[in-house]
Amino acid sequence: MAQKVLIKGNEAIGEAAIMAGCRHFFGYPITPQNEVAEYISKRMPEAGGCFLQAESELAAINMVYGAAGAGARVMTSSSSPGISLMQEGISYIAASELPCLIVNVMRGGPGLGGIQPSQADYFQATKGGGHGDYRLVVLAPSTIQEMIDLIVEGFDIADQYRNPVMILADGMLGQMMEPVVLEPKKRIERQLPAKDWATTGCDGSRPRNVINSLFMIPEQLEQRNLILIDKYKRIEQNEVQYQSIDIEGSDVVLVAYGTMARIARTVAKKAKELGISVGILRPITLWPFPYDAVAAIGDMPNVKAVFSIEMSAGQMVEDIKLGINGKKPVYFYGRTGGMIPSPNEILDYICDVLEVR
Amino acid sequence: MSIIFERPRSLTDKPFHYCPGCTHGLVHRLVAEVIDELDIQANTIGVEPVGCAVSAHDYFDIDMQEAAHGRAPAVATGIKRVWPDKVVFTYQGDGDLASIGMAEIVHAAARGERITTIFINNAIFGMTGGQMAPTSLLGQVTTTSPHGRDAGSAGYPIRVSELLATLQGAAYVARVSVHDVKNIARAKRSIKKAFTTQIEDKGFSIVEVLSTCPINWGMTPADSLKWLQDNMIPYYPLGELKVDGEGVINR
Amino acid sequence: MTHEVIMAGFGGQGVMSIGQLLTHAGMEVGLNVSWYPSYGPEMRGGTAFCHVIVSDEFIGSPLVTSPTDLIIMNRPSLDKFEQTAASGASVFVNSSLIDREVKRDDIKAYYIPANDIANRLGNVRVANMVMFGAFLACTGIAPVDVVELCFKEMLGPSKAHMIDVNRKALREGMKLVDK
Repeated sequence: MAQKVLIKGNEAIGEAAIMAGCRHFFGYPITPQNEVAEYISKRMPEAGGCFLQAESELAAINMVYGAAGAGARVMTSSSSPGISLMQEGISYIAASELPCLIVNVMRGGPGLGGIQPSQADYFQATKGGGHGDYRLVVLAPSTIQEMIDLIVEGFDIADQYRNPVMILADGMLGQMMEPVVLEPKKRIERQLPAKDWATTGCDGSRPRNVINSLFMIPEQLEQRNLILIDKYKRIEQNEVQYQSIDIEGSDVVLVAYGTMARIARTVAKKAKELGISVGILRPITLWPFPYDAVAAIGDMPNVKAVFSIEMSAGQMVEDIKLGINGKKPVYFYGRTGGMIPSPNEILDYICDVLEVR
Repeated sequence: MSIIFERPRSLTDKPFHYCPGCTHGLVHRLVAEVIDELDIQANTIGVEPVGCAVSAHDYFDIDMQEAAHGRAPAVATGIKRVWPDKVVFTYQGDGDLASIGMAEIVHAAARGERITTIFINNAIFGMTGGQMAPTSLLGQVTTTSPHGRDAGSAGYPIRVSELLATLQGAAYVARVSVHDVKNIARAKRSIKKAFTTQIEDKGFSIVEVLSTCPINWGMTPADSLKWLQDNMIPYYPLGELKVDGEGVINR
Repeated sequence: MTHEVIMAGFGGQGVMSIGQLLTHAGMEVGLNVSWYPSYGPEMRGGTAFCHVIVSDEFIGSPLVTSPTDLIIMNRPSLDKFEQTAASGASVFVNSSLIDREVKRDDIKAYYIPANDIANRLGNVRVANMVMFGAFLACTGIAPVDVVELCFKEMLGPSKAHMIDVNRKALREGMKLVDK
């Protein structure tokens, strides 16, 4: 096995991108993800690539659009308010079916908010964010090693489906350090189509390429939408990822992603000492959401209750309720504004609900 | 029998949709002729704006990308950083470039981005129906300045070329007009110089083209050309402001 | 075995560095480790702290809410974190700068005159290593030679001249604690 190194989450994002063959990065400073751009500004020239600090997030996402349209593996990184600014461009990228990777190291909102970790951009990431009917593939790593794996895979998913992919991390994952092996664990073999649609200059040997999302005729625009909808269905069928931990026979199931899934592991350990068996369902893809895995919990006789634990006012819980479809009580525990729920307060809430102690 | 006039190779055979008397078609043709003469059709990637030229890809027979409103210089930057040896240009109007896209054009110029911008200044928002633009003249009546542009409330028209010429990264800056044959010929020479500036890796280049919008100005095409000459040129003087990175007054 | 450590002090006192050093050394001896810093305005001269977990079990939350060990470099940090310590925790107090004793009687305090020792060694900036030495002697998380290899690597060639004084500081700190 390759040697382990200690690396900060944000720096791992940069190294993983280079590992994945990304050679173009456009971004704008915002805490708590600044180490991504700082790291890439140093590493990208060594790898023969282009790092450019844009004048704004608006410019950055449109540079990504240009570079993606020109056929490059390209990414940007930002944090919540900056991602809000990018939404128009992300809608254009999705509409034009351009592959790219967008990293959101989430911080507390709304508004200017704060700089501490949050998961309050779940709706924005998974339900559209910008205008129009479109979807991002949203990947939620829970460890730095997994962040590396998902960034490498994310670029491949983007290329395979010609669709933007978002890595939804948070300030804790960006700022923390843990040991990693700097190589992707497993690379699923994917058939990546040739980028014969890219703007490379047309010498007449192929039809002209135009990257465009303007369709003034409703019939044509609807056709475009139908093509996108069909693609999103394929992604929903093929790309759902989640992790189940000790769900079989458990008294309660915690559903949590990213940083909160780590905290759920600690909760489960502490709960065991109290005689409560806690299973964990950890969605890795937030879109497509693992509705089937959630629905299966609804049919498990032992499970008394399902909990969504989030650093938000309750966002993913809506998808969990859709998946459970009324078959089990679904509870929510969350903190907002950059507060991170402690394992003990979550455990207290679970005990209150179960009326134990 | 010899052919003395034909469509440039870099234009498709699709008829322009532009309004009668609009100068967009004319400027499209000049850009296409320059692309032909420099023999760069296979090497050129265009970026179209949001505005009347939003469907310029119907006319330019080259690879193109549509940009969000104002962001064409950022999109062009992305393309150019992927293909530094290709020729990349943006084609933008005054609402797109001087209003919503002011940050992108200023920073592309400041970086000395190796792109060329064709900037159509017709002192009005055309596509959305004749609203006031940052370049609308004082007193000019538009649908959002029904009593004429008032400096007290709407401020003053922006001279984009003069502004960009102050930036070190801008290597070629010129303002031209297309209100008569002599000026059309000069405009083409400037557009060619702008593309050459990019090809020779000298920096950012822009040609501001004073243009007409007869429909939204509420004039005949002929009156529009005269209005441009009498009203726009005094405020927006013609000439080269910068050549090869050096400031010049060449008017 | 799990140590959940908070290291805290003024920005510039090197608490982030000794946190990373512990994380690195823990990794080298095959333990699971995580490091999570305070970030933002605190970095600019306020109270800086980091959370380090070193464990032979899987690390869930990297956040330390009831530390088993505290390394406290200044008074505001003692005031902030004393109450959070787990019962039975070890608290390493930089007595050169902190003018009070630990109030709780269910935690074990070690008073280390770290700045005085560092000054005696000729560089006040290694006060953090004196504290770390005491912590290391007490916990025995990693052998001292592993720790020395780690800080050599962390200092890198540009700060190679700092290796010797850091080594001395580490060993002075270790001497102070009689395990």
